[in-house]
Amino acid sequence: MRHIRQLEDQSVYILREAYKHFDNLGMLWSMGKDSTVLLWLARKAFFDHVPFPLLHVDTSYKIPSMIEYRDRMAREWRLNLVVGQNTQALADGMNHERGRVECCTALKTNGLKMLLEEKGYTGIILGVRADEESTRAKERYFSPRDKNNDWDFRDQPPELWDQFKTSFPPGTHIRIHPLLDWTEINIWEYIKLENIPFMDLYLDKGDGTRYRSLGCAPCTLPIQSTATTVDEIIEELRATNVAERSGRAQDEGRGMELLRKDGYM
Amino acid sequence: MNIVIVGHVDHGKSTLLGRLYADTGTLAEGKVEKIQAICKQQGKDFEYAFLFDAFLEEQQQGITIDTARTFFRWAGRQYIIIDAPGHKEFLKNMISGAARAEAALLLIDALEGVREQSKRHGLLLSMLGVKQVTVVVNKMDLVGYRQDTFDGIEKEYREFLAQLNVTPQFVIPASAKLGDNIAKPSPNLSWYTGPTVLDSLAKFSSESEKAEQPLRFPIQDVYKFDARRILVGRVTSGRLKVGDRLICSPSNKTAIVQTLEAFNIEPPPTQAQAGQSVGVTLDEQIFVERGEVISHQDSLPLVSTSFRANLFWLGRRPLEINKPYLVRLGTREVECHVAAIHRIVDATDLSLDNQETKTSVQRNEVAEITLQSKAPLAFDLYNHFESTGRFVLVDDYDVAGGGIITEMVEDREETLRVEARQRDFAWIQGDVSLADRSQHYGHRAALVLLVGPDTTSKTFLAKKLESVLVAEGRHAYMLDAENLRRGLDADLPEEEALEFVRRYGEVARLLVDTGLLVISTTNSFQLPADQVTEAIRTLVHPAHVLTVYMSKNTGTPSIQTDLFFAGPEDFTATAHDILEALKQKGILAEAIGNQPGFQFSI
Repeated sequence: MRHIRQLEDQSVYILREAYKHFDNLGMLWSMGKDSTVLLWLARKAFFDHVPFPLLHVDTSYKIPSMIEYRDRMAREWRLNLVVGQNTQALADGMNHERGRVECCTALKTNGLKMLLEEKGYTGIILGVRADEESTRAKERYFSPRDKNNDWDFRDQPPELWDQFKTSFPPGTHIRIHPLLDWTEINIWEYIKLENIPFMDLYLDKGDGTRYRSLGCAPCTLPIQSTATTVDEIIEELRATNVAERSGRAQDEGRGMELLRKDGYM
Repeated sequence: MNIVIVGHVDHGKSTLLGRLYADTGTLAEGKVEKIQAICKQQGKDFEYAFLFDAFLEEQQQGITIDTARTFFRWAGRQYIIIDAPGHKEFLKNMISGAARAEAALLLIDALEGVREQSKRHGLLLSMLGVKQVTVVVNKMDLVGYRQDTFDGIEKEYREFLAQLNVTPQFVIPASAKLGDNIAKPSPNLSWYTGPTVLDSLAKFSSESEKAEQPLRFPIQDVYKFDARRILVGRVTSGRLKVGDRLICSPSNKTAIVQTLEAFNIEPPPTQAQAGQSVGVTLDEQIFVERGEVISHQDSLPLVSTSFRANLFWLGRRPLEINKPYLVRLGTREVECHVAAIHRIVDATDLSLDNQETKTSVQRNEVAEITLQSKAPLAFDLYNHFESTGRFVLVDDYDVAGGGIITEMVEDREETLRVEARQRDFAWIQGDVSLADRSQHYGHRAALVLLVGPDTTSKTFLAKKLESVLVAEGRHAYMLDAENLRRGLDADLPEEEALEFVRRYGEVARLLVDTGLLVISTTNSFQLPADQVTEAIRTLVHPAHVLTVYMSKNTGTPSIQTDLFFAGPEDFTATAHDILEALKQKGILAEAIGNQPGFQFSI
């Protein structure tokens, strides 16, 4: 509980720094548990006003109830929702059967790039966590991307004492990661503590399966689980050693390092 | 609990981390097998270090390039363990990792002994404020588990740390590669009776004494999303509660906490303490901005434009004396330069390089410096307050160095600043606040100072500006310093130049407090122009001062000012240029009757 509130204080501080320093700021929202906690933290930081747009890169392959949840919460919480889509790639018939890394690159990485280019955002807030995957473990809270969206992980700027990288050359942008220090269990503990509404895809509805991580329908598999409440999810996670993203196909081999170097989330 | 693992390159930091996870069964299922398969495919031996060295290059070169956050839960406590690189080239990454930590494991290779980075990392830990350190003498298997080898290293390193006033909690002999003394005691090291590395983690205490210190609350931002005007920020030490009288430094503004604002917390909190990100509303609308430090009146921060500090430099380019940088201290950001580099500290023996004064600091060097900022900063000494006693320097787009403040340096304005502070705290105010006045007048109070050589028509321009402003419906007044000479200053002998300035500054302060735009020239003071403007600025602080330099030719002015005019012919146009500058600074509203457009009242 104390640890969770410390995480909350740090994330709120980071969000307020981002809002102070970036004129053209957006927050990625995939409707999953992490970015929904991120959105909730923004409501905390700005006292129930979210003063920047929520961006959703829609691959068109999302599970339909995710879109329904997105539109419902956007109305309820008075969000400025901006949806981007790589319509060109979709028109050309891009799908995961052409290769998972290819599909992710076209519909997510390039979809995001197009959205950034169109709207000119200089700061993008994302809900990535260090414990999800080993290249994310090496991220900064404020992480620069060059003109091609590339991440130069060999030479990241120093970051100390809550003094972040908030200035950058024209044409580049900063990825802001307020949730780096949170674990999957922390996310659920916070959802419980704050009673945050979340998608019921994360719960077992009688068939003995639930989603642990949400993405595109063809590339995300549910896990065997009978957890029907947040408490049961936390209990289950404490007992497991299976990686959270084991149901995410693009993580195989060196997929994530290659994807993230080129601007993936 | 955040713990960082540091030490010289190749002394086994990543291996220790991998072993700790493997031996406690906290690795993700299949992780070891996955790395083993990759190793086999590349034809090399499996190493525990590969578990966290995620980048292909790190695995190929067998070194850690950047810090990794790893998550570890043991005996009911959650740890974030930060694996830091040991190679000198990646010192900025090591610092980025260590600066987040509350405690450190420092590794020393038993075969190689204490090396350069072992010492440099020890020095940096003490500068970064990591006070809890446990030393692990690793690779004991390579020295036959000999106690005398261990004792020699322990003695040498303890003596080094003692010079930094650091006492290690434990010094543990271990072999990360073979698992000796990592998660369980080793029969090979039966002469050692202390805790294992795993057990030593539980002995680190979470910091909590910060809440017992006096209050420091740097203002991060001011929000007005709805009817509430909320000051937000993070309490870095002490506590604040509803009803407390708060003082903002360096502006000396004061008000009482009315509410603590929070989302989704019922009932709303009535107090907050160190570490918390909070929002407060005040009983009156005072003009305060990001960067001010809030405290209680009985324990104020120091205020000056200069201090002495120990600094480590990480920049791509060397730190140069007298070159402009930005200093960031808490939430304040101000232009600055290094006025003196006193010494370079040799990290390996902590001796002070006694060569004649240097003019630059190279990458990865530690130096004692004096910093000079363009505007007064509120700060503390590092050994009193951690968060407000340290700062970073920004070069170009990046944080390029960090420092801890060791001493305040009194600047020329110190006496006047103390006077202004005491005067402001005792000030008796009517029921009409400065904010009320500015809303009523449609502009904020400010002082426009016209400076420059004699006979450049400054007085003529001052009169013109006053006329233009009043014709527009503004409340402006020209105060010529000459007017004080025969009256208020009639008792002063000519040589009391500073006292003339002081009295002028206090009169200007009174007029500014009535909400006026005061326009003046500085002709009559027999002192250098920058000294005069700084003295007046200190006395009218925090009111805005716009400086305008008048010259007959286009040569560079002797002091830096907000505006510069070389021999203008159309003074009405010049007056309008000044008007525009006042608008840009948010002092004038766009139209009369509107609320002024300054950012902190959004």
